[in-house]
Amino acid sequence: MTANLHLWLIPLLPLLGAAINGAFGKRFSRQLVSAVGLAGSGAAFLYALWIASQYSALATAMPIVDKTLGTWIKAGTFQADFAFQLDQLSFVMLLIVTGVGFLIHVYSVGYMWEESGYYRFFCYLNLFLFFMLTLILAANYLLMFIGWEGVGLASYLLIGFYFTKDSAANAGKKAFIVNRIGDFGFLIALFLLIQHFGTLDFTLLADKIVPLGSEAGWGLLSSIGVLLMVGAAGKSAQIPLYVWLPDAMEGPTPVSALIHAATMVTAGVYMVSRSHVIFDRAPQALLVVAVIGCATAFFAATIGICQTDIKKVLAYSTVSQLGYMFLGCGAAAYSAGVFHLMTHAFFKGLLFLAAGSVIHSLGGEQDMRRMGGLRKEIPWTFWTMTAGTFAIAGFPFFAGYYSKDMILWKVSQHNPILFGFGLLTAFITSFYMFRLWFMTFFGERATAEAGHGHHDQAPAAHGHDDHGHDGHGHGHAGGHAHESGWLMLFPLVVLAILSVIGGWMVGGGEGFAKFLSPVFSVGLAADPTEVAGGMSEGFVSALATVAFLLGLGLAWFLYVRRKNIPAQIAQNLGGIYSAVLNKYWVDEIYATVIVNPMMAISRTVLWQGIDRKVIDATLDDAAAGANQLSGEVRKMQSGNIRSYAAWVAAGAVLVVGYMMWMGAAR
Amino acid sequence: MTPNEISYSHILPEVVLSVFGMLIMLAEPMLGERASRKPLGYLAFFGTLAAGAATLYQAQYPGFAFWHMVHVDAFSTFFHLLVIGVAAVVILSSLDYVEEETVHAGEYYGLVLLGAVGMCLMSSAVELVLIFVALEISSIATYVLTGIRRKNAAGAESALKYFLLGSFATAFFLFGVAMMYGATGSTDIPNIALTLAKGSIPGLVYVGMALMFVGLGFKIASAPFHVWTPDVYEGAPAPIVGFMSTAPKAAVFAVMLRIILQTGAPGWLYLIWGSAALSMTLGNLGALLQTNVKRMLAYSSIAQAGYILVAFTAAPQEATSAVMFYMLCYAAMNVGAFAVITFYSGKDERRVHLEDFAGLGATNPLLALTLTIFLLSLIGIPLTGGFLAKFYVFQVALKANMVWLTIIGVLNSAVAAYYYLRLVVAMYMKPAPEGAVRVAAPLPMKIALLAAAALTLYLGIVPTGVLSYTTEAAAQLLTAPAVKVVTGQ
Repeated sequence: MTANLHLWLIPLLPLLGAAINGAFGKRFSRQLVSAVGLAGSGAAFLYALWIASQYSALATAMPIVDKTLGTWIKAGTFQADFAFQLDQLSFVMLLIVTGVGFLIHVYSVGYMWEESGYYRFFCYLNLFLFFMLTLILAANYLLMFIGWEGVGLASYLLIGFYFTKDSAANAGKKAFIVNRIGDFGFLIALFLLIQHFGTLDFTLLADKIVPLGSEAGWGLLSSIGVLLMVGAAGKSAQIPLYVWLPDAMEGPTPVSALIHAATMVTAGVYMVSRSHVIFDRAPQALLVVAVIGCATAFFAATIGICQTDIKKVLAYSTVSQLGYMFLGCGAAAYSAGVFHLMTHAFFKGLLFLAAGSVIHSLGGEQDMRRMGGLRKEIPWTFWTMTAGTFAIAGFPFFAGYYSKDMILWKVSQHNPILFGFGLLTAFITSFYMFRLWFMTFFGERATAEAGHGHHDQAPAAHGHDDHGHDGHGHGHAGGHAHESGWLMLFPLVVLAILSVIGGWMVGGGEGFAKFLSPVFSVGLAADPTEVAGGMSEGFVSALATVAFLLGLGLAWFLYVRRKNIPAQIAQNLGGIYSAVLNKYWVDEIYATVIVNPMMAISRTVLWQGIDRKVIDATLDDAAAGANQLSGEVRKMQSGNIRSYAAWVAAGAVLVVGYMMWMGAAR
Repeated sequence: MTPNEISYSHILPEVVLSVFGMLIMLAEPMLGERASRKPLGYLAFFGTLAAGAATLYQAQYPGFAFWHMVHVDAFSTFFHLLVIGVAAVVILSSLDYVEEETVHAGEYYGLVLLGAVGMCLMSSAVELVLIFVALEISSIATYVLTGIRRKNAAGAESALKYFLLGSFATAFFLFGVAMMYGATGSTDIPNIALTLAKGSIPGLVYVGMALMFVGLGFKIASAPFHVWTPDVYEGAPAPIVGFMSTAPKAAVFAVMLRIILQTGAPGWLYLIWGSAALSMTLGNLGALLQTNVKRMLAYSSIAQAGYILVAFTAAPQEATSAVMFYMLCYAAMNVGAFAVITFYSGKDERRVHLEDFAGLGATNPLLALTLTIFLLSLIGIPLTGGFLAKFYVFQVALKANMVWLTIIGVLNSAVAAYYYLRLVVAMYMKPAPEGAVRVAAPLPMKIALLAAAALTLYLGIVPTGVLSYTTEAAAQLLTAPAVKVVTGQ
C-alpha cells in the first residue's frame, strides 16, 4: 500500500492546469478555461481525498517520503532531493489547501466571469496551488523554499492582477520586496543548518537535533529559530513585516480569500510547526515567536477597529489571527497553532468570499459606511457571513471557539501577560467583527453621498478598464443589491458549515492535538517554562466567552443602539484615534527611516561623478555631425575621465596600503 | 608528452579561434559591397563550434606544455567552454544587429573570436607574463569592439574611456607581476606556490598581490574600480556588452582563482571582503533608480561581481567550485538578457529605456518570457541557476564563518529584486505604447535566446552534473602538480 503514493503528482496537477491555460487560454472560451482551472485544482483535491480514504492504512507508515523525482543538488557531502513527504501535519495542510483552494476556484468562476484576463487569472491561481502544495509536501527545507518563493511570486502576480491600477501594481511589488526581506532570515537559517548539520532534510535534521539538549541561554538553535521566524514574519505578515498584507487587498477578492487569508499567509505558521524540533530546544526563540505573535495579534486588532473598508478590516483581522497562531506555536502548542490555522482557513476564507459577495452585489462598493440593511437583500450572503462572524468572534462550539480557546489555555500555562493580551485581543476581535456585521447588514443603507472622507483613492478611469475599487463591478452602487449566483453561494455554504462544525468535527483541540501528536511528539523536550497548576481549560473558555459577549454587546451598543457615539468618541480621543486610523503611521515611518534614505543614497551614488550622464549630454552635441571625434574627446576629457582615473588610483592606494599593512603586521 | 616542449594540442582551441578570426577578416573584402554580411557571422559561429570541439579533444590530454606556461586541466576546459559558448551566443544574436548597424562585419566577428583567444588563454596560462599577454589580447579586442560603431559618438567616447582607464589598470597588473617576480624569483604560478609554501613570505609579495588585484579588479568591474562600467556599457553595442560583461570577466576570475587560491598567497582575505561588500552595495544602490536598461544591467553586473567575490572568502576548494558555478549561471543569464536587449533595442539602439519595454509581454511574448527568466534568475528565484548560484556562494561563505559578509550579501539580493522587477512589471503590467513593434525574432536569435534560457533553467533544476564537474575541477586546480621548473636551461 505504501509502496509509492506518487505524491509529486499532487502539485503537478495544478501546474498542468496552469501550463495549459497559460499557453492556450487566450484562445479558449471562458467555459473551457474554467474547466481546465477547476480540473487542475479539483484533481489535486480528489487525490487528497483518496489519501484520506486510505488514511488508516497509511498512518502507521508516516512520514511517507516519495523520492520518485530523484536528486536535485549534490555538491560534496550536501544533498537535496526533489522529495515529497506525507505525515499528519502535511496531510492536514493538504486537505485545507486543496479543499479550500478548490472551493475558491469554483467561487472565482462566478466572481471573475466578467473580467478581462480571465484565463490569466486561472493560470496564476493554479500556479499558486502548485507552489503551495510543493511548500507543504516538501521533505526538505530547500524544496520547501521553492514553494515558499513561488507562492510569493504567484501572490505578486495576483495582487497586481488589475495592473492598470497603479496602486495594485505597487501593492504587488511591496508584497514581493517585504517578503524578500523575510526570506533573508529564512536563507541565513538554512545556511546555518547546512553549516552545522550538513543537511536540510527534515528527517535527517530531526535525527541530529533531537539528541541536543535544550539551550539554556542564547545559542545556535535559538539563532536559527529566530531567523526562521524572520522568514515566517515576512510570509505570514507579522510585526515588523506585516505592512504588505493590507495593501495586498488590491487583488481580486477570491485571491484575498485563498492566498491572503486561508493558505499562503499561514505558510509561516506551518514552517515554524514543521521546525518544531528546533524550537523545542530553543526556549528563547519560542519566546520571541510568542511575543511577536501576541503583539501582532493585539496591534492589528486595534487597527481593525477603525477601518471602514470591509476588506481592510478583514485584512487586519487576518494579521491579528495569524498572530494568534504564532502565539500558540510560541507556547510550544504547535497543534493549537495549526488547529487555529485550519479553522481560520474556514471562517476567514468564508468571510472574504462573503465580503466579495457583498461587494459584488453592490457593484464594487467596499466602504462599510455606504452599506447597511443588506440582510434582507442578500440573505444567503448574510447568513453565511453570520456563521463566519460568530466563528471568528468565538461563539461557543463554533470552529473559532475551539481553536482560540486552545491557544489561550496553552498560553495561560506559560505566561500570564501574554495570556492577558490574548484575551483582550479576543474581546477586540469580537468587537470589530460585530461592528462590521452590524454596519453591513443592519440599519439603513446610507446613500452614496453620505460616505465622506473616502480615504482610499476613488475608482479611477483607466481607459477601457473602468474598474471599481476591487477593479470589480458594474457601476450601480446606489441601486438595489442583488444576490450572487449559485457558483458563488455554494462555496459560501460549504465554508459556513465548516465554520460552524469544523472545530467539533475533529474532536476539539484535544482530538486534533492527538491526531497530530505523531508529528509533534518527535523529540519533544520538557518545557521549562510550563507552569504547573495553571487555569483550567473550562475557566479559560468561560473567560473567552465573556470576551466574546462583551465585544458583541459593545458593538451592538455603538453601532445599533447609539450610533452617534462612535463619532463622539473619535473626537474626544483625538490623537489616539488618528494614530489608530492611520495605522500608527507605520508605513510612513518605514518610508522615512528605510526607503527614502536608501533612495537618497542611490541618487547620491548616481550623482557623485559616477553617473552624470556626460554621455547623454555629449550625444546632443554630436547630433550636428558624427565625425567630430576630436571635439568629443576634448569635451570628454574635461568631463569625467580624470575623475574616473582618480577613483581607480585612490582605490589602488587603498588596496596597496592595506596589503602593505598586512605584510608588515604578519 | 613532456612539459618542456611545444605542443599545439594544448593550445588547440586558441589556434582554431585565431585561424577563424583571420579567415573572417580576409573573407570580408571578397564579399560584394552590398552583399549580406551574415555568411561571415555563420563562419564565426562555425569557428566557435570548431573551437568547442577542439576544447573537448584537448581535454583528453591534460598537463603542462610550453615550458610550464600552459596547463590543461578540467578547470581550463570549463572556462574555455564558457568563453566559447558566450562567443557563440553573442555571434548568433549579432547577425541582424551587424547588418542594421553598418559596422565592419569582418572586424566585428574577427575581434570577437580573437578576443576569445585571449580569454581562453587566460584560463589555461599558469605563467604571469603569459597571463598578461592573454589579458591584453582580450582587452584590446574589447576596446575596439566597444567603439566599433564608428559613426556613433557615444560608442567612440566609451571606447576611448575604456581604453585609457583599462590601460591604466593593466599597468598596475604588470607592475604587480614584476613585484611578484622580485619577491619569489619566478613568474610561474606553481613555482610561486612552492616558494610561498616554504614560509618566510617577503613583504614584496603583499605589494605584488595588491597591484595585481587592482588590475584584475578593474577588469571584473568590482568596487572601487567599477566607475567606468555604466558609461562604457551604455556606449558599447548591446551584444558586445553581453560579451564583455561575461566572457572576459569569467577569464579574469579564472586568473584570480589561480593567482589567489592556487598560489596560496596570504593577506588578501579582508581585501576581497571589502571589495565584495562594496561592489554588491554600490552596484545595487546604483541600479535602484536607473531607467536606462543598459545602465541598470551595468550596475547589476557590478553587484553580481560582488556576489562572486563573496565566494573567494570560503574554503579554497569550495570557493573555486562556487565561483565556477556562479560564473556559468551569470554568463547564461546576462548574455541572454543582453541578447534580448540587442534585438529589441533596434537600429541605433533606440529602445533601451524602461518605458520602451512596456507591453513587451503582449507584443513579443518570446522575448518577454526569456527576458523574464533571465531577470528572475538575476534576482535569484528558485528553479533558476541564479538562485542556486547565490545559495551556493553564500552557503560556503557562511561555512567559512563570513557571517557579516553573508548577511550583507543576502540583504543586497533582497533589495536587488526591486529594480529587476521594475523591468518585469514594465513588460507585463504596462500597456504597450502606440505603434509598438511586433517583429518576430529571427531564427538564430531564437536559438541564442532559447539556449541561454535553457541553460539558466537547467542549472537551476538539474545542477548536479555541473556541480560535480566544478568540484572535481576545483580539486585539480588546488592540487595541481607543482613542478619545479628548471629555468635558464
